[in-house]
Amino acid sequence: MARHAHKEKLIHGLFLLNGLLVVFLLAGIFAVLVKTSIPAFREIPLGQFLFSSVWNPTATFTKPSYGILAMLVSTFMVSVGALAIAIPIGVGAAAYLSDVANRHVREIAKPIVEILAGIPSVVIGFLGIVLVGPMIARIFGLPNGLNALNGAILLAVMALPTIVSLSEDALKSVPRSFQEASLALGATHWQTLVKVKIPAALSGIIAACMLGMGRAVGETMTVLMATGCSIKMPASFLDSVQTMTATIAIELGEVPYNTTHYYALFGIGLVLFIITFFVNMASDIILHKYQRVMK
Amino acid sequence: MKNAKINVSKFNFYYGDSRVLKDITIDIPENRVTGIIGPSGCGKSTFLRSLNRMNDVILGSRAEGSVMLDGRDIYGRDVDVAGLRRKVGMVFQKSNPFPKSVFENVAYGLRIDGIKDKYFIEERVERSLRDAALWSEVKDRLRDNAFELSGGQQQRLCIARALAIEPEILLMDEPASALDPTATLKIEELIQELKKKYTIIIVTHNMQQAARVSDLTAFFMLGELVEYDITSIIFTKPSKKLTEDYITGRFG
Ligand SMILES: Nc1ncnc2c1ncn2[C@@H]1O[C@H](COP(=O)(O)OP(=O)(O)OP(=O)(O)O)[C@@H](O)[C@H]1O
Ligand SMILES: [Mg+2]
Repeated sequence: MARHAHKEKLIHGLFLLNGLLVVFLLAGIFAVLVKTSIPAFREIPLGQFLFSSVWNPTATFTKPSYGILAMLVSTFMVSVGALAIAIPIGVGAAAYLSDVANRHVREIAKPIVEILAGIPSVVIGFLGIVLVGPMIARIFGLPNGLNALNGAILLAVMALPTIVSLSEDALKSVPRSFQEASLALGATHWQTLVKVKIPAALSGIIAACMLGMGRAVGETMTVLMATGCSIKMPASFLDSVQTMTATIAIELGEVPYNTTHYYALFGIGLVLFIITFFVNMASDIILHKYQRVMK
Repeated sequence: MKNAKINVSKFNFYYGDSRVLKDITIDIPENRVTGIIGPSGCGKSTFLRSLNRMNDVILGSRAEGSVMLDGRDIYGRDVDVAGLRRKVGMVFQKSNPFPKSVFENVAYGLRIDGIKDKYFIEERVERSLRDAALWSEVKDRLRDNAFELSGGQQQRLCIARALAIEPEILLMDEPASALDPTATLKIEELIQELKKKYTIIIVTHNMQQAARVSDLTAFFMLGELVEYDITSIIFTKPSKKLTEDYITGRFG
């Protein structure tokens, strides 16, 4: 009895330690970002940083400008575009695998999808340059296809394996009895899928999409290679863009240490951190709200 | 049998290689309650689920023989299975409400049938809930999730859901197994009421209940139909020794 209690306490303590460690790490990262970016804001007015779309830190004849708005919008466009492509296709494919495909197809297809998740982002970026880019260029009659659309497509491709695989798990774990209840009321398989199975699996599907996108958005390499690297306010998906992550990746290697430019890059990192934090929190709230309704 | 709603003949059912229904031949009359009794695992649920082709969803299962509903084989080619299931409603052995609101559970069958009229749906939902003896308990909780209801309420909700699309036949697999005596009584009264409009087939483990609610009783054992007759005969002077042993509780 006593031994049991000790063990419980030990395990409890370990978990607590883990949790605290994560919190400390996050707080640490946040602190470093804040500390390193503060000097930037001594030079750069916050208004310019957030609301100007001119990013020109290395200007020699004019005053350097540090506006991240164009990058912010680009990041938003590429991410939302990727979601818009990946979610319908991913959930559709998951529904196909869980409901339509016969056992043999499923047993072959699922591991293949999961292997796709392991393709390095550089390879996907390369495909974006040699395959997707020319295709976009041909379809829309552009000089080149390195633009926001290309980035969105590639990110969607990267997010798909996770979305498909986890959504399929979520759909498969919907109790068979729900499906039978629906069929017994004269619903077709399609109606059962749309009106019962997907709603019942929705929290899992949302989680799958979040994880898939989380993975894709972190993939700087792909968007860096495929979006054309142009920091100006994009007017459409066919414009070349450069996301915030790409800017950090490209410029951090070359920037002189402890300059305003250097600090400004950390400032971008801080903005990214805050955005990610709020996006995660928002999706968490949505998820919880939804689960409450479902229960 | 005249007035037979369903004629089952030489019906066999297999899960993979195991044959769980063996040459079942039975006629089920219209507007009567037919009870099905028998020991656990004898194939009662399987038989019930064969009547609305609910077993179709089980991989590797196979049906043989014929089930005629109003003179047409439900296992025939180009049968509209969804249409069949609208005609042959089912209440499952384990209650299985959707993770939706009480209201939406009952409205589901109407909505998938393409009915949009709000007032029609509201009225039908209320009537179905009343018919299932649940209305007074849930009328203020229609927006609550069905999972918040008690087990017995969930079972009656499933009955209401099946009634809402006005089937012709109602298959009930132990509808009272999770209910207290009062609710059971309500369901039994409901069944008496429903048989004016519907043909009812009910599986039950409760001998008294079978004796009370059903007009005819079929006794199944090990996948075979041992005896089928008017309920009073089954319970007072069955012609088979097996039936008598089962009724009197000599084995279970
Ligand atoms: N999905 C299935 N796959 C394989 N075998 C099954 C399946 N469902 C039922 N069986 C088997 O078929 C036989 C009949 O089962 P069934 O559920 O029809 O019995 P039952 O008479 O309804 O029993 P109970 O009174 O316990 O509900 C049993 O031996 C059971 O193990
Ligand atoms: Mg059963």
